[in-house]
Amino acid sequence: MLPSKAIVWQSPLARVAGKVARRLATIAALVLLGGLLSATMVRLAPGFDADERELDPSLSAESVQALRQARAGEHNIVGFYVAYLRGAMRGDLGISHALGQPVQSLLRERWPVTLRVAGIGLLLAWLMASTLALTACLWQRQAYEIFGITVSGAFLCIPAAVLALLSVILEAPGYLAIALIVFPKIYRYSRNLLAKAYSLPHITAARARGLGEERILAWHVLPVAGPQMIALAGITVSIALGATIPVEALCGLPGIGQLAWQAALSRDLPLLVNLTVLVTLVTLLANSGADVMIHMLRPREA
Amino acid sequence: MFSTDRRVFSRFLSCATRCFAFFFLALAPGSALAQGGELRFCLRSEPKTFDPLLVDDDASLSVRYLTGGVLVRANRKTQDLEPELAESWKLSKDGKQITFKLRTGVTFSDGSRFSSEDVAFTMQRLMDPALHSSTGDAFRSGSGTVSTKILAPDQIAIIFPSPVAGLDRLFDQVAIMSAHSPKKEAAVLGPFMVAEYKAGSSLLLRRNPNYWKKDSQGRRLPYLDSIRLDIQSNRDVEMLRFKRGELDLINVIDSDYFDRLASSSPGMAHDAGASLDSDFMWFNQVANAPIPEYKRAWFRSTNFRRAISQAINRDDLARVVFNGHAQPAVGPVSSANKFWFNSKLKAEPYRADEALKRLEADGFHQQNGSLFDKSGNPVEFSIVTNAGGKPRERMAVMIQEDLRKLGIRVNVVTLDFPSLIERISQKFNYEAAILGFRNVDLDPNGQMNIWLSSAEDHAWNPKQKSPETAWEAEIDRLMRAQASSADPKKRKESFDRVQEIVAEQTPFIYLVNPNSLSAVSAAVAGASPVILSPQTFWNAERLTLNATTRASR
Amino acid sequence: MNAARKLACLVVLSVCALSLAANWLAPSGYSKQFRDAPGAPPSREHLLGTDEVGRDRFARVLYGTRISLLLAPAAALISTVLAALVGGLAGYLGGVWLRLARGFTDLFLSLPWLFLLITVRALMPLNVSPIVSVLITFLILGLLGWAASARVLSTSADALRNSDFVLQARASGLHGLRLFLIHVVPNLKPVLYAQFWISIPVFILAEANLGILGLGVAEPLPSWGSLLRELEGLISFREEPWRLVPVLLLIVVMTSFQLLLSNEEVTA
Repeated sequence: MLPSKAIVWQSPLARVAGKVARRLATIAALVLLGGLLSATMVRLAPGFDADERELDPSLSAESVQALRQARAGEHNIVGFYVAYLRGAMRGDLGISHALGQPVQSLLRERWPVTLRVAGIGLLLAWLMASTLALTACLWQRQAYEIFGITVSGAFLCIPAAVLALLSVILEAPGYLAIALIVFPKIYRYSRNLLAKAYSLPHITAARARGLGEERILAWHVLPVAGPQMIALAGITVSIALGATIPVEALCGLPGIGQLAWQAALSRDLPLLVNLTVLVTLVTLLANSGADVMIHMLRPREA
Repeated sequence: MFSTDRRVFSRFLSCATRCFAFFFLALAPGSALAQGGELRFCLRSEPKTFDPLLVDDDASLSVRYLTGGVLVRANRKTQDLEPELAESWKLSKDGKQITFKLRTGVTFSDGSRFSSEDVAFTMQRLMDPALHSSTGDAFRSGSGTVSTKILAPDQIAIIFPSPVAGLDRLFDQVAIMSAHSPKKEAAVLGPFMVAEYKAGSSLLLRRNPNYWKKDSQGRRLPYLDSIRLDIQSNRDVEMLRFKRGELDLINVIDSDYFDRLASSSPGMAHDAGASLDSDFMWFNQVANAPIPEYKRAWFRSTNFRRAISQAINRDDLARVVFNGHAQPAVGPVSSANKFWFNSKLKAEPYRADEALKRLEADGFHQQNGSLFDKSGNPVEFSIVTNAGGKPRERMAVMIQEDLRKLGIRVNVVTLDFPSLIERISQKFNYEAAILGFRNVDLDPNGQMNIWLSSAEDHAWNPKQKSPETAWEAEIDRLMRAQASSADPKKRKESFDRVQEIVAEQTPFIYLVNPNSLSAVSAAVAGASPVILSPQTFWNAERLTLNATTRASR
Repeated sequence: MNAARKLACLVVLSVCALSLAANWLAPSGYSKQFRDAPGAPPSREHLLGTDEVGRDRFARVLYGTRISLLLAPAAALISTVLAALVGGLAGYLGGVWLRLARGFTDLFLSLPWLFLLITVRALMPLNVSPIVSVLITFLILGLLGWAASARVLSTSADALRNSDFVLQARASGLHGLRLFLIHVVPNLKPVLYAQFWISIPVFILAEANLGILGLGVAEPLPSWGSLLRELEGLISFREEPWRLVPVLLLIVVMTSFQLLLSNEEVTA
């Protein structure tokens, strides 16, 4: 007889506090490193000093020189980054070159939009994907299987920009486009994980014992597939954030994704560093949160 | 009590009927000119600055055109210079001084009085060498300071150290700023003023209540209440929104969309004919560029360049890439520029066999379908162009096919703009490039920095210490001659000769002049699209919105 | 094999055969420009019409199949192997290796790789042959695409590390790499297969986006990515429905592939 596993809460408060502190320190270090690396990448990429206005023939030679020198202050990457960090501690995140506004106010007015679009889109994607995957596992009909593969494959093969354009044409909300972009990826993983969990021998045994489907799902399938699904949930946050870039730009939503696209096109160093720091922070928090949840739900060895 | 109620009721009824009638009449078509409404269209990029003296990019130029008051305005339709804030002006014989007689009783949008002090302040700020603006640099004909002399509150003289060609026309670009107003650049003299700005999203301009201009019936301009400019760089989305009626005009529309619009709603699509813009290709002739020596020898040979030019089928380019909405380009100036265009010149016709003969004269030979130079190197080079510009990408692909027929192998590389700029103006690690020129100005003096061999924008070989070829030295001489002369006929003679030399030596292989295509919805009345920028809203102050078409949306 | 699988097999084989027979089926080639008929609708000479410079779309689909359907799976394989190595191995080793790998992966997910790609393009010579440019493109995609699934794999491998049968295998003397390859990796198959199937269309589409940076398949070589990007300018599918054929074909091929191998994905 296979032992059944009971799920218990693990650590007492003190141990948890220590672990949390260590985790936060790791996150902070990684975020700082991420900012420095992205600043270096932007600085080293060709065209850093180049400005479109150089090609304007009405500019005199002195003006063109002045344009080229405009970014001289950012040439020393380490110096720039240190100055940026010092400013950040005071709350000043620098001024964006492309939009001429303080980064702090730009981020503050735009993050609710992205949170809404990406958040609802992600929830919707998970809803669609898990429903489809679960019903595929329970129903076990090949026609349904083909339907699932085809639908998710279809949205995977359509470029994100086209999906965004479609949502503009059909006047659908932006979060729908994000949901359609992210859901195929979730579906494929979760379908495989659930199918694998359902194919384990003790499920057959449980079914033979006469256990209802809900109990099988709750007590035998989810504990096996659960941790990996939670890990998947963590990375879907960064996938959803990536999807906001084309969707916001095309649907005209004034969020962080639109900002990122602008910043990348114009090599806007202050903005790019801030955006990388933000994205790294969100990714790390999402994934660490997933890790913590998995850890807390891990069954104690009997 | 009953009678009082009835009286109140009848009074109410008559009042309501009057209100109703007023509403009906106001909305009825063919009624007195509709006032008000909000015009909506898109800016293709973020306006980089609202300081009118620093404006350089398209989006900021559009905003400046709508909000800035200028002394003289070049009428975009007739191309004549018209008085605006200046009632009249006088150019001195030597071309160094211009005296303006200003309009009186004009106020800025915040109520402060407009006088010659503001013009002096603007000019002083503009000519500050630390400013580095393209508007200011256009006035810089030579070293020395520019002085302003206030002769009266409504008269001002501006003296330049050396003659400036086409001086009066240049003032079309100078938006007068207030010298004293606490609102600084927010106080404007134009028909509209900036009301709301959401960075990356949209810009709202509201009517300037203190705008001085009145129409022939004495009504204050502009007719519109406001203009909403959305920032949308994607042309597919822009087209979609126009079709749905969310936008009223598209200033510059792609030829694909133009044809679709012309077939579905012919009245809305406008083709104003060949524009002043051109697309062209050139070869890297920089002496110490990091390209193989034998390739540099090809690119520096006039025969090679002429042969390539003859091997390109410009009619196909105009027909396929622009759906016929373009003309093969002749030279630096488009045929639409009636005065300055050298009418003796024609576009290079497609003659592949002559091209091959020219190449053979230079020692090239064909073998197994590939072309080799006299040392046996296979003729292969790359063309860089900017990504995202579909017409140029398509032209590059067609040129690749045209040259393949000669046995030349071309690699098309599309790059993002900053990388491209670094390659063509700083590192010179490119072989050939295709770019376009957006001409805002009719006067070729604006192209000085392209034709002078010592200048930055002399694309094929910039910043030469002294002209490296005889023909470049000749062009230098001719350009300086036209810049220092005040006689338009003499200037045209010099510039005609420049165009002839360019046609012989082909440093730029001019490809096409695209037509000026725009879209105006049926809701807009009074629009008359032209080829000069801004093509559709050059008369924004006189545009009105058709009320019934609006109401039915 | 049941009917659906037989059909899937047939589809895959016929697509392969068609693309190999491209020379005979589309003799005009993928680069010849029929300049009298740009953007033409389907006709006898051009089964799927012509693109905006007059090239036969059917020929471009066939030739593009060769490139994309050969190289995209290869790139997907590279990214899957990398994910298995980084994620799976780290999870299996546990402890500090796991934390290191997780931190590295999270950082990798957040960096703006756009700029690295621009730098790569700048380091490459301008006159690189189309074949080489294609290989480099897909290699880069494979090297950049592993991070997301590595994260999930690290969790899976971590769970497996302390599971019964791994402990049993250790007890019976199996250690290190052999233990990893024989007992751990097969249990990672669900995630690895999911990663592989998702990566193929993602890389096909990403290749087209790389064209903006000068990487990607060089003109006049066709690729599925560039064919799919044609959809972007389409305002109404009703006007030119034949432009949907490439994306429909890709969906059908991907579905058939997955159907053929769907059993593999869940059995240990």
